Amino acid sequence: MIRFDGVSKVYPGGAVAVDNLGLTIPTGQITVLVGPSGCGKTTSLRMINRMVKPTSGTITVDGQDIARIRASKLRRGMGYVLQDAGLFPHRTVLDNIGTVPRLLGWKRARIQERARELLERVGLEDDLADRYPNQLSGGQRQRVGVARALAADPPVLLMDEPFSAVDPVVRDQLQSDLLALQADLSKTIVLVTHDIDEALRLGDQVAVLRRGGHLAQVGSPAELLAHPADDFVADFLGRDRGYRSLAFAGMPRLTLHAERTVTLGEPLPAGGPPWVLVLDAGRPQGWVRTEEVHRPGRRVLVDDLERGGNVARLDSTPREVLDAALSSPAGRGVIIDDQGEFVGTVVASELLALLELERGQR
Amino acid sequence: MTWFLDHWDEVITLARQHAVLAALPLAVGFLLALPLGWAARRWRTAYPILVTASGLLYTIPSLALFVLLPLVLGTRILDPLNVVVAMTIYTVALLVRTVADALGAVPEGVRSAAVALGYRAPRRFMTVELPLAVPVLVAGLRVAAVSNVSIVSVASLIGVTQLGDLLTDGYNRAIGGELITGILACLVLALLFDVTLQGLGRLLTPWVRVEQARGRPVTKGAAA
Ligand SMILES: Nc1ncnc2c1ncn2[C@@H]1O[C@H](COP(=O)(O)OP(=O)(O)OP(=O)(O)O)[C@@H](O)[C@H]1O
Ligand SMILES: [Mg+2]
Repeated sequence: MIRFDGVSKVYPGGAVAVDNLGLTIPTGQITVLVGPSGCGKTTSLRMINRMVKPTSGTITVDGQDIARIRASKLRRGMGYVLQDAGLFPHRTVLDNIGTVPRLLGWKRARIQERARELLERVGLEDDLADRYPNQLSGGQRQRVGVARALAADPPVLLMDEPFSAVDPVVRDQLQSDLLALQADLSKTIVLVTHDIDEALRLGDQVAVLRRGGHLAQVGSPAELLAHPADDFVADFLGRDRGYRSLAFAGMPRLTLHAERTVTLGEPLPAGGPPWVLVLDAGRPQGWVRTEEVHRPGRRVLVDDLERGGNVARLDSTPREVLDAALSSPAGRGVIIDDQGEFVGTVVASELLALLELERGQR
Repeated sequence: MTWFLDHWDEVITLARQHAVLAALPLAVGFLLALPLGWAARRWRTAYPILVTASGLLYTIPSLALFVLLPLVLGTRILDPLNVVVAMTIYTVALLVRTVADALGAVPEGVRSAAVALGYRAPRRFMTVELPLAVPVLVAGLRVAAVSNVSIVSVASLIGVTQLGDLLTDGYNRAIGGELITGILACLVLALLFDVTLQGLGRLLTPWVRVEQARGRPVTKGAAA
């Protein structure tokens, strides 16, 4: 557990970066510090590993005042990931990953072995090992940055906007990989971002900071969305706060509807509803409009498909299920199981009615 | 040409002396410039003072320095040490700024990554900042090396033998072949220094070559 107790930071020149911050960061969970640019996120993060010295207040890690721990020792026990990865350009991927073990004086063979293990752990191929950072894509560099931070298996991971320099598709992938990694490792992670979506997605606990270094609110994503403390937090969470909160609500028990389906490459039977779901080996491919392919004996081809509907899974959140229903050309959301096979459809109005009902019961 | 063919062993001996008089101060001067350049980088107020002061050293006429040093050092007037010390001073004068700027060229993100991972200052300097400063350092060393080779020839005027002797002697006795040999030998020596330093720089910075060869990042491995 990391605790901030009345921590303030005033930079020389008078800029108040952090103002009387009190915050508890629970062990084994992801705490996200989020807020607009210049609100003191990086400063707060860097006070944890003593890269910035607080003007007043104390920070403790597992009850121990960090001011009493030698800075280099403290830092070697905390992984650190920077925005642009901050890799050493003159060292190969493997040597970058082995940095902290080398500082800790591990044997060369053990460092090599550990670095290769981590390369795989973060989803990079073995043949990247001897590349230099400038031979990697931004996403790959970021993965190496994470591997380097994890190398000596520190209990704490500090991440300063780790995914903000990559494009949205890669960012999404890196975020889900971090969540998967965290499910295995249970590190105490403090992550800084200015992206509220990222904060809500990754955080077990989210601390919203406002300019001037004040803590505006701290809580779980669901708590923040349901009960923002003030207008600033509500604004920061965005206009579609109500819709977003569906991502954290419990999923009511839904009745799945059966659906007329046809297998890709087979002719469409005569009659039936206006939209028919096309499957291939049990997996949904898209919808066809019956009146467009109604000629008897004509086979359903890939070109006939109306795509674009998102699918949701049996264990998806209400938000994903609702989105599947709303984005479907047929107006019915396609639900699949873990194997990706079609199990049934849902209707938006039914889901909303159930959510409404649950709300009334609370 | 015939003059050179008749005296080539003498030219080689002089060239060797010339090389030592230029290279030894280059090495010593560089080692002295490292902490000074580091200090200029480390303390904001030290930079203008150190850079200006060292720059001024370079403006002292070499002959004056050669003549003054025996008085300061207590050496004999013909002692080659005078030349070595004088050349070291010039090297330091040129390299303090180079070192400071080379260290300044190390990306801030890389420096803070090193701090964040738990490097202490001395090791960070030796294994992160210095290696990354090599390209800029080599550029500065090349300038200093060529400058040394040319200034050393002035030492003939105080009787320390090296290639400059060919110039003074050739001029005094109006031997064209000797004069030209002296000039060409200095040129070749300067070129040799330059190529060696350039090669050394390339050897120490394999990652820079990779960058030039590939031009852009290679995407392979994980999708991201
Ligand atoms: N070294 C410094 N010296 C003086 N002022 C600083 C220094 N570092 C940060 N500040 C100021 O402190 C405040 C908080 O900075 P900080 O970097 O912690 O913000 P941030 O929330 O990380 O912002 P961003 O999202 O832009 O990275 C800002 O007003 C900034 O200008
Ligand atoms: Mg920041």
